[in-house]
Amino acid sequence: MFKYFPHTNTDVKEMLEATGAKSLDDLFRDLPEAVKYQGDLDLPEALSEIEIRQKIGELALRNQNLISFRGAGSYDVYTPSVISALTSRQEFLTSYTPYQPEIAQGTLQYIFEFQSMICELTGMDVANASVYDGATATMEAMFMAISQTRRNKVLVSGALNPRVLNVLKTYARFRNVELVILEADDYHTSLASVKAKLDTDVAALIVQNPNYFGVVERMDEIANLIHENKSLLIMNVDPSTLSVLKTPGEIGADIACGDAQTLGIPLNFGGPYVGFMATTEKLLRKLPGRIVGMTNDVDGKRGYVLTLQAREQHIRREKANSNICSNQSLMALHTVIYMSLMGKQGMTEVARRAYNNAHYLYNKLLQTGLFLKVTDQPFFKEFVLKTYLNIEAMNKYMLEKGILSGLNLEKDNPQEEQEILFCATEMRSKAEIDNFVQMVEAFHVR
Amino acid sequence: MYDKLIFELSQQGRVGYSLPASDLSAEIALDADLLRQNEALLPEVTELDVVRHYTNLSKKNYGVDEGFYPLGSCTMKYNPKINEEIASNPLFTKLHPLQPAETVQGALEIYYETSRMLSSLTGFSEFSFCPFAGAHGEATGLMIMREYHLRNNDFQRRKVIVPDSAHGTNPASASVCGMEIIEVESTKDGTVDLEKLKALLNEEVAGMMLTNPNTIGIFEKDILEIAQLLHQNGSLLYYDGANLNALLGVSRPADMGFDIMHINLHKTFSTPHGGGGPGSGPVGVTEKLKDLLPNPRVRKENNRYYLETSPNSIGNVSGFYGNFLVVVKAYTYLLTLGKENVAKVAYYAVLNANYIKEKLKDDYKLPITGLCKHEVVFDGLRSEKATTLDVAKRLLDYGYHPPTIYFPLLFHQSMMIEPTENESKETLDDFIEIMKTIAREAEENPEILHTAPHKTIVRRLDEVKAARNPIVKYRDCL
Amino acid sequence: MSKVLENLLYAKSHEWCRMEGDVAVIGISDYAQDSLGSIVYVDAGDVGNQISQFEEFGAVESVKAASDLIAPVSGEIIAINQDVLDNPELLNSDCYENWILKVRVESKEELTKLLDAQSYRETLE
Repeated sequence: MFKYFPHTNTDVKEMLEATGAKSLDDLFRDLPEAVKYQGDLDLPEALSEIEIRQKIGELALRNQNLISFRGAGSYDVYTPSVISALTSRQEFLTSYTPYQPEIAQGTLQYIFEFQSMICELTGMDVANASVYDGATATMEAMFMAISQTRRNKVLVSGALNPRVLNVLKTYARFRNVELVILEADDYHTSLASVKAKLDTDVAALIVQNPNYFGVVERMDEIANLIHENKSLLIMNVDPSTLSVLKTPGEIGADIACGDAQTLGIPLNFGGPYVGFMATTEKLLRKLPGRIVGMTNDVDGKRGYVLTLQAREQHIRREKANSNICSNQSLMALHTVIYMSLMGKQGMTEVARRAYNNAHYLYNKLLQTGLFLKVTDQPFFKEFVLKTYLNIEAMNKYMLEKGILSGLNLEKDNPQEEQEILFCATEMRSKAEIDNFVQMVEAFHVR
Repeated sequence: MYDKLIFELSQQGRVGYSLPASDLSAEIALDADLLRQNEALLPEVTELDVVRHYTNLSKKNYGVDEGFYPLGSCTMKYNPKINEEIASNPLFTKLHPLQPAETVQGALEIYYETSRMLSSLTGFSEFSFCPFAGAHGEATGLMIMREYHLRNNDFQRRKVIVPDSAHGTNPASASVCGMEIIEVESTKDGTVDLEKLKALLNEEVAGMMLTNPNTIGIFEKDILEIAQLLHQNGSLLYYDGANLNALLGVSRPADMGFDIMHINLHKTFSTPHGGGGPGSGPVGVTEKLKDLLPNPRVRKENNRYYLETSPNSIGNVSGFYGNFLVVVKAYTYLLTLGKENVAKVAYYAVLNANYIKEKLKDDYKLPITGLCKHEVVFDGLRSEKATTLDVAKRLLDYGYHPPTIYFPLLFHQSMMIEPTENESKETLDDFIEIMKTIAREAEENPEILHTAPHKTIVRRLDEVKAARNPIVKYRDCL
Repeated sequence: MSKVLENLLYAKSHEWCRMEGDVAVIGISDYAQDSLGSIVYVDAGDVGNQISQFEEFGAVESVKAASDLIAPVSGEIIAINQDVLDNPELLNSDCYENWILKVRVESKEELTKLLDAQSYRETLE
């Protein structure tokens, strides 16, 4: 007997009798013989928990945890202890999608709270219940704009995260959408670069803020230009910066999207994270994914339901904008708890620390004389520096010290200097930063 | 207190966090026109407020750990706790996705080995874990199908055939890839009509999407012939892995002739549904399609694992590598089951479904009377004294999660029940008893069904009001 | 039994159409509103838009379904019924009284491709 299977011999006998089948094999008599598998499955034999802890424990030791100075789309953020205590509750963890709202008010309410908080941070009118990740959220936003404007071209900032761009490219190709990537002059999205490519075929412009290079984009004039052209402005944003930075709503963006990993979700080797999408009242019905709405029950009691489902794929079938079925519900809960714990004050405090840590690191690195500025553009918690040092060798050296150094941008560069993207979040202490800079100097002299 | 929104518990000045003391905490020195003007309405609550609020919210939910979840097509099996423990290891959760390969060999090995084990179970050659969910896996699989034809200069192959009983995601997934759905009729026993299928085949057909057993729980016995017809037509066959629990270890989709499939790890491989995600929808392909898998692929050479980005791939469908921790849970599950137990899953699942079929067919209409596989479809009450919706809502009063209702679309009062292999005969007998009671109530006192549920914390909710005047955020209430 | 008014023209896709000079007044039939259930939203595009016969130009949504609005005739939209946009449930209470849009028709010949009440009634059987 196996611990997940309750069927005793007696059970099997009684149940077979009830079904009229002669044996368990007989239950598969409707399968042609030719498709019945006769081979030997290439799986190990069952392991007990003791053995699993041992085996996977050993395997995990072939991974290394590092002190991170690397961002580029995934950030080492503070994860309060309360979060896992709550998200591991079986009512949240093992429940299904809230299609029977009467017994899913827990899920529906926290999603309503998530939607509310995302709207508060982004300054937008409506948000959905979350989508898979920031890259697919941006892709969905792109198709919203195409559907709304009935135009087929999308301008993309040259300062967009290349991994997000890769996803846009893949989906755009299959739907014959023309992507035009703007020149990233001076590590940001310039008005001139937008003007150069804007025409009446453009459905939208996608800009990231802070952008891939950490730079804070100045958006007001660009927003005006885009809207004069009757195109939409899509902003891919980092919600952990939005307690401080001008919001997509204030800028006049039509769609705000991105990854909410920075709201307390661990690095998780890339997933699970959680994508979010928020938009204006006007575009509400073009928003893919699930949306929770408030309503009353027959007794007048306040409650929550999935709403606007007619938009969703299972009703509109091929007319739907998107095929997204699920969200990343438990990860949305993770971020709601984070935002509740941190609150107004905490969100601002975290943003401030990340900003200050990054600027401290920036100045200390420049002081070593081993790095050069590449731009005067304002940045938030990431920045690019040029160096004559061999980045690969330095990064390898850092690994041995248990440090994950900045990302080698490997840009095509006619000169010999190379570029490196550094990051410092609220998790880095002054001591860690000082130590890192010392290690850089140590690397240089060895 | 416990019916409030977190915002309604807020009191100015309260905090729920602590951060280390820091010298580096000055005001942000950015230009004013880059900064936020309007304040965000975020809660100000203590840590205990947060714990109580969400703990109480959780009690308004229903999870697999507390009771039977007969949702057809969802495979609500037990979510083992060892999976959670393993996935919470900091040597997994604190890995940055852009760490060099030599520092994440353990993580890459999990991807590689899980792909290998799933390949053995399904007969395919390799799986990509980049898709985050079933629908995502489906779209990815269809992209592979389309790309395959584009590489062969078969630009006109844009049509995908689906049975008329197909799930709503299928047509939506096809149009996400720039393809078009055409439906093929089913025979009266619910399987694909071969003659009708033959009539649809031409050089515009990229492929066909099928699930087997199909959406009404019946095994497509002509599958080998269907595969042959499609392949002879130069088309590919895609397997929707939603119903894989019926076949695990008994039959392999690739052996039936399928070329591409997606699996739902949160269904067949026990990872928790999380109230609607995170899941994982890995895509598997035959040897000839491997190069098309999304970027990056996990490769192994001389006992070292690495990530490979190839220009031959369809491209990227995710920001990084998919939901890694979910794959860790599925990996743990596979090791726990082992080859001897994985081969029994389907037997017990199918036994359970057929048992329920026999026991409820006197009270509920059974449109397909033959052997079912891992799920059974009823078409409402025999007495017709109440709708399937009424029955579902009344089940809530008895503390049960209802089955899937109004799907498949083929029957007007559909209810689809899937009792996974973890459910004991006692659990099923209890459920059967309640369902029979409800059928009796429908005869004796149908009003109690029409107005159900009565005992849940909220009763039937006004969905029309929610859709007509959407209130989707807290500010809308102020 | 679905209500079908005698003096109207119908499209197979369940829109009705009545001529007032060279302006077509358009709505959805009783069969349509009944199948959809409680209607929550109507999108008929904008005044000034051009619509083409038998092509989709908008949608009607209920809680459980969404259905395309298919143009019964071609022309320019000259009016959209704001009452119906604000209170979509009017389509459920009286779908013939509550028109959705008015279109200036280019070619009255197109009307010959529509069904009269009897023919439409037959398609419902």
